[in-house]
Amino acid sequence: MLFTLFWTFFKIGLFTFGGGYAMIPFIHRYAVEKYKWITDEEFLNIIAIAESTPGPIAINSATYIGHKVKGIKGSFFATLGVVIPSMIIITLIAMFFIQFKENVYVEYAFKGIRIGVSILILNAAIRMYKKLDKTILSFLLILVGFALILFEILPVILVIVIGGAIGIIYQITMVRGDENA
Amino acid sequence: MLELLDLLWTFFKIGLFTFGGGYAMIPLITESVVAKGWLETSQLIDFIAISESTPGPFAINIATFVGFNQAGILGSIFATLGVVLPSFIIIVIVAKAFSKFATNKFVLGFLRGVKPVVVGIIFSVAVSFILQNVFSFSFKELGDFIFKWSTIIIFIVVFAMTRIWKKIHPIFIVLVSGIMGLIIYGLIL
Repeated sequence: MLFTLFWTFFKIGLFTFGGGYAMIPFIHRYAVEKYKWITDEEFLNIIAIAESTPGPIAINSATYIGHKVKGIKGSFFATLGVVIPSMIIITLIAMFFIQFKENVYVEYAFKGIRIGVSILILNAAIRMYKKLDKTILSFLLILVGFALILFEILPVILVIVIGGAIGIIYQITMVRGDENA
Repeated sequence: MLELLDLLWTFFKIGLFTFGGGYAMIPLITESVVAKGWLETSQLIDFIAISESTPGPFAINIATFVGFNQAGILGSIFATLGVVLPSFIIIVIVAKAFSKFATNKFVLGFLRGVKPVVVGIIFSVAVSFILQNVFSFSFKELGDFIFKWSTIIIFIVVFAMTRIWKKIHPIFIVLVSGIMGLIIYGLIL
């Protein structure tokens, strides 16, 4: 069982390109449909947990599913499985990165790619903005996060903690106890 | 050993304060990893492209890459361990009592505040990357905006492409912008 967990998450880690959210359909296929480790409802819970706790969604879901199946040992093997493909591939890339970067054509391509990456991040920000509740508080906090980080006024960790503290104060003083989410 | 522990602790903090996916890590990485001289800003941007084109989550990829460059295989293990541990510990604790956790008013309030702040932070990363890579401008140096048709064309074409074809996979954006860079800088200029 531990090996199946390891091997399943190894495959999930190996075949998902482009970050954690790309893993969600794969995790569903294996953990819900094939092995029935978790139910559909638990699967939705995992996504909610992953979004409400820090860290990459891949690690969060591997840890949770592993824990469900085989306790802390299960967590360990599932997480190990999802991490190892990245570690092997990136180590190989790191070994050759320097030589490869000295090629002038690679540098030309990367001049274009840096613009592409800027657009990827802009689109990610737009996508996340669309998912937010559009309240005055949200708009203010977006501006606060944007300005404090763009002009490097405060360290990131402090900005996140300030946002969280304002949210807690708002929740306690403004939201009635019977409201959910 | 000290260097390995430094890698572990630096990436532990990054893992602990990353809400909302890989891109939210970028300013944290700039503040710690780039400030320590482990990575240059341009290398960080190039690595984001590499990470989008290879399997695995960005967090693990960047930890492995920086760890390996600083201290070989052991470095990549310690950095990855650091970025994984906060999630691992929190999920093991939360897994047993998720419904209590998810309806706790402190957790709800914290997330209500953190989510929009993170969106603002990611917008700031996007704006500073665009200023830097399209207009060669950064707030650190406060030089002049440089308008070059080459970078502006790549920006407009790729941005339009992502707006028209919204489900486009990041790998294609990396490919198209790379090919445009190659053609414009290698063949035309």
